[in-house]
Amino acid sequence: MEFVNEMRLRFKALAENEAFARLAISGFLLPLDPTLEALADVKTAVSEAVTNAVVHAYPEAPGEIDMRAGYAADGTIEIDVIDRGRGIEDVEKARQPFFTTADGDERSGMGFTVMESFMDRVSVRSAPGKGTAVRLYKRIAPRDEAVPRRA
Amino acid sequence: MESLDREVEDSMLFYEKRANGLAVRLTGELDHSAARDLGSRLDALIDETGAKRLMMDLSGVDFMDSSGIGLVIGRYKRLKRRGGGVTLTGTNARVDRIFDMAGVYQLVDRGERRRG
Repeated sequence: MEFVNEMRLRFKALAENEAFARLAISGFLLPLDPTLEALADVKTAVSEAVTNAVVHAYPEAPGEIDMRAGYAADGTIEIDVIDRGRGIEDVEKARQPFFTTADGDERSGMGFTVMESFMDRVSVRSAPGKGTAVRLYKRIAPRDEAVPRRA
Repeated sequence: MESLDREVEDSMLFYEKRANGLAVRLTGELDHSAARDLGSRLDALIDETGAKRLMMDLSGVDFMDSSGIGLVIGRYKRLKRRGGGVTLTGTNARVDRIFDMAGVYQLVDRGERRRG
């Protein structure tokens, strides 16, 4: 995909950076003039992806999370949330609703389900011991396109 | 919630002990970071008041991800053991959508919603 705008961020895998990641992606997407609904969809999906990395990637000490985003002229956005943590043994299993390995932490296991529901497409690449990359896709229609036009 | 017995400033959580249980109003962004803290604070309040029913008003929540599911279900399990439960009010369509994905409304009671 050819991007007309791109950004990269690196932050520590800490719970307090979940809000930062949501704020950062919102700010980056503002030139697309998204509806509040579309922006909330993206914020929710980013929050889930970053939370997964915060909770699961680095059991010993918090490492880093990279967030990269770009959008094309037609408003298609692509967001990567990448960690270099312990990785996921079985990605298919991890994507199932209610699957969680964080039993003591009240995690619902619904993170990927929520991402899939609010985005057009979600792809996950992971290698045990090397890390996980989640890619989120969505086409954001500008606000004036989101309302039905008169014939 | 007009007549608060106690109100915690600088906090996401306002609460009031009522005859039929513990009423709480959550405000702000309900993510994993907030839920960790809220879960233990709600549990402490439930234990302190001996409430069997928790009425959670989410009308002041501006953002919620799946962490909200864990927060509600965690409290539901705790109160269920005492023969009580949870009632959710003030949810918007987006919050309902997330709770519906996890079947939360099969376990907890749904009160009044909000628009938008």
